[in-house]
Amino acid sequence: MDLSHVLSIPNSLPGLDEADRRLLAAIQNGLPLVSRPFAEIGASMGLSEAEVMARLQQLQARGVIRRFGVVVRHHEVGYGANAMVVWDVPDEQVRELGHCLAGFDFITLCYRRPRHLPQWRFNLYCMIHGKTREDVLSNLEWMVNRCGLQGLTHEVLFSRRRFKQRGAAYFAEPPTAVAVRES
Amino acid sequence: MDALDRAIINNLQGGFPVCDEPYRAVAGQLGTTEEELLRRLDALLESGTLSRFGPMYHAERLGGGLTLAAMQIPHDDFERVAELVNAFPEVAHNYAREHVLNMWFVLATETPERIDQVIAAIERDTGYKVHNMPKQEEFFVGLRFEA
Repeated sequence: MDLSHVLSIPNSLPGLDEADRRLLAAIQNGLPLVSRPFAEIGASMGLSEAEVMARLQQLQARGVIRRFGVVVRHHEVGYGANAMVVWDVPDEQVRELGHCLAGFDFITLCYRRPRHLPQWRFNLYCMIHGKTREDVLSNLEWMVNRCGLQGLTHEVLFSRRRFKQRGAAYFAEPPTAVAVRES
Repeated sequence: MDALDRAIINNLQGGFPVCDEPYRAVAGQLGTTEEELLRRLDALLESGTLSRFGPMYHAERLGGGLTLAAMQIPHDDFERVAELVNAFPEVAHNYAREHVLNMWFVLATETPERIDQVIAAIERDTGYKVHNMPKQEEFFVGLRFEA
């Protein structure tokens, strides 16, 4: 999930200097679509193209920037169904099963999260995206068989509706929310 | 969307080079020109197929807080509560899901401490309990879609 547009860039960050902070803020909404984007970013903040690139490479190496790239609206490229599948896994097996689930190409996120007993017994979460609900369910069945999950309690939470939020907190734009119905 | 659009989407989800003429480098790999790649990216952003083209930040390494939270909202009250929850700028994504816990949203805050404050504020404004489900271990984050 892409959260860059809602994250605030804090005023002080351990190991990051003022120029790094301004650079992260300058690119949070996207890279310019010009021949030399890093030169343009640098020009807007008084840095050379080479310095911008060196800092960005450093921020990537440290994992502050996971990667650069496009963020796809999955609905718009034909992935109309998504389900959060939650599993009740014995604590000592979570890691092994988490890695097994994470190995499928239709799994987009996989996390361990706390149980909230007695109401919520699930501790392993994954997201499955598919073109249709049938796709999602057949992928789930395949995964259950491949990872040996037959005996484990799980639930499939299809999304009924997506609320989308726009607006970058850093620039203090007023947030707006629109709801998009999903099939 | 034609084959070149799909190739651009599939290729650029995996990364983007940091070099002085990155679009030219990517265009070369895709067998097109820099000018055509820029034109296509602009059109894909304009049409809403792509929501953004830029960096993906690591919330925790930026010093921020990030969590998943869930609420159980009666059907009749869902719209009202959704509006209240969505009004918080810290609420990034909010999904209605089919379960007793039927509202699921992501909170992204400037500091980890702020998560608890926002949760308390949501509980106060809505009158419903918020279940905090923070990540304990990450096995995979690779949100990618084959176009």
